[in-house]
Amino acid sequence: MRIVIAEDSVLLRDGLTRMLTAGGFEVVAAVPDAGQLLRAVAEHEPDLAVIDVRMPPTHTDEGIRAALVIRRQYPGVALLVLSQYVEESYATDLLSETTSSVGYLLKDRVAHVGDFLDAVRRVAAGGTALDPEVVAQLLVRRRDDPIGRLTPRELHVLRLMAEGRSNSGIVAELKVSPSAVEKYVTNIFVKLDLPPTGTDHRRVLAVLKYLGT
Amino acid sequence: MTSADRTSRRVGAAVSALWSGSAWRATGNALAALLVGLVGGILLGGLALIWGAAIYSLVHWPVGGWGHAVLYIAVVVVGPVLALWAVQGLTALQRSRLRATLGVDIPLGPRAGERKPWPVGPWLAAATWRQLGFHLLAIVTGVGGGCLVAACWLAPLAAIAYLAAGGPPPAAAAAALIAAAGLLLAAPWAARQVTRADQASARALLGPSHNEELALRLESMTRSRADAVAAADTERRRIERDLHDGAQQRLVSLAMNLGMARARFADAPEPVRQAIADAHDEAVLALSELREFIRGLHPAVLSDRGLDAALSGLAARAPLPVRLRVDVPRPASPTIEAVAYFIVSEALTNVAKHAQATRAEVTVLRERDVLRIAVTDDGCGGAVPATGDGAGDGTGLRGLAQRAAAVDGSLTIDSPPGGPTVIAAELPCES
Repeated sequence: MRIVIAEDSVLLRDGLTRMLTAGGFEVVAAVPDAGQLLRAVAEHEPDLAVIDVRMPPTHTDEGIRAALVIRRQYPGVALLVLSQYVEESYATDLLSETTSSVGYLLKDRVAHVGDFLDAVRRVAAGGTALDPEVVAQLLVRRRDDPIGRLTPRELHVLRLMAEGRSNSGIVAELKVSPSAVEKYVTNIFVKLDLPPTGTDHRRVLAVLKYLGT
Repeated sequence: MTSADRTSRRVGAAVSALWSGSAWRATGNALAALLVGLVGGILLGGLALIWGAAIYSLVHWPVGGWGHAVLYIAVVVVGPVLALWAVQGLTALQRSRLRATLGVDIPLGPRAGERKPWPVGPWLAAATWRQLGFHLLAIVTGVGGGCLVAACWLAPLAAIAYLAAGGPPPAAAAAALIAAAGLLLAAPWAARQVTRADQASARALLGPSHNEELALRLESMTRSRADAVAAADTERRRIERDLHDGAQQRLVSLAMNLGMARARFADAPEPVRQAIADAHDEAVLALSELREFIRGLHPAVLSDRGLDAALSGLAARAPLPVRLRVDVPRPASPTIEAVAYFIVSEALTNVAKHAQATRAEVTVLRERDVLRIAVTDDGCGGAVPATGDGAGDGTGLRGLAQRAAAVDGSLTIDSPPGGPTVIAAELPCES
């Protein structure tokens, strides 16, 4: 799988390159800013772009804006956005275009190499990888709607789904039986008026769409 | 010490004072005041004379017919304008005289009546009348004082001329010499006294009055405080940026390398694995602590995306459900937004720590030039700001009040026992 990295810190750029290479990915370009990122994507048409949010010249949200441009011009490129802080407003921007093949993680997550590589694979395969912090923020904003009808346990399950976990992932996380998880998921869909059909990530998309992102 | 010693010492001091710089400066000032006083007297006296004559002529109907009447009316109307120019010109002249001869700067008052139409505004201002008063006084004191000082210095010449003019009786000659010597010795003292009075009256009448001075000081202190608050804010942003670009990236890199080492040496001997695992966990923890610290310093999202986005992050991270309503159509200044952010942040921290609340509500509204913030919880109430000894759980709340006060805002805490608690703040935002 071919990956482009955009990260302005040399240290992290090299580190990410080494980690992804060691993880079996091919890093075709590693660049320090959004302009070069767009050129690299145009040149290499990679499978996935790993993008830092805060890059030169303004050091604000270049990464998010570049990601949106890539999504419009090259819909086939999966996007994994990294940031020192995850913010709901960035997530809303990012997810406004599409909710597949997209990830938004705290930079800290790269320290957990295995989890991070899993997230890369999940996003490249068309899934989502949202940081638990992002999901929490998205849910807070919409707490005064039918989401409020969910029990705390169901809310927890919904969060895990929004992070991109499968049912078996939720079973492992909550340490409950698979049938219990299925029951929570069904309840969530009933309470949110969503038909309980389709694959895991379609359900995540449905949830995210419901959340208005 | 005998009285003769004391007397001779005094005479010695008086004689040496004749050469002292301060005496000559004071003399120069008195003479300059004499000149400027004369100029002022001629100018103001002339104006008063012409103006008075015009009024007098109008009252006793002009003999020259309508042509003269128009001239007199014109003089009556133009008179105050000329007088105003004369007063302002003389004030400038007197100020530069004091600066040139004594090196004394009389502080400028607020510009007299600048909001009202000219020349009515300046004539309605007390400052103009005080200046006019000084110039009238200066005619008397300046001319009188200058003449007095000059007379003291010139007394010996007058005495010599008197003696040279032809044989006065010895007693009269001796009296003249003694009087001349006395006046000469008194000259430095007289010059200093005249100058002191001149300076005091200039300060009182040309400078700002007590109230004006307070208003000026308040204005300058308000400005410097706003600068200090803004500077502190800028500094926090700079530190945030430095930490983000430096320590934080390095720590992420370190944690990542340790994570990679942990994965690669999964089958190393136990002590090695344990050491790597500990270092890795430690680095991850340090990273998250540093992130929280930097966010407390200045949240980057506040600069990038504004208050609304920053507050929604804050609400999300609170350990209890927070309902957020933000309606700020026009953003406030970065400083005010930062204060608003930290008020909400600290208030929510307080709710989580002390209120035993199950939920909280945050509203931030902009009403014209005021940003209204309210943080409400359904907790146990009884929150009070600390009284200043630094103890108690209210220090955070007291800090909030200080932060609000630093930008001329206010903060009120309504927290009856049993709740609910409402922390409300109003921050001014310039339009």
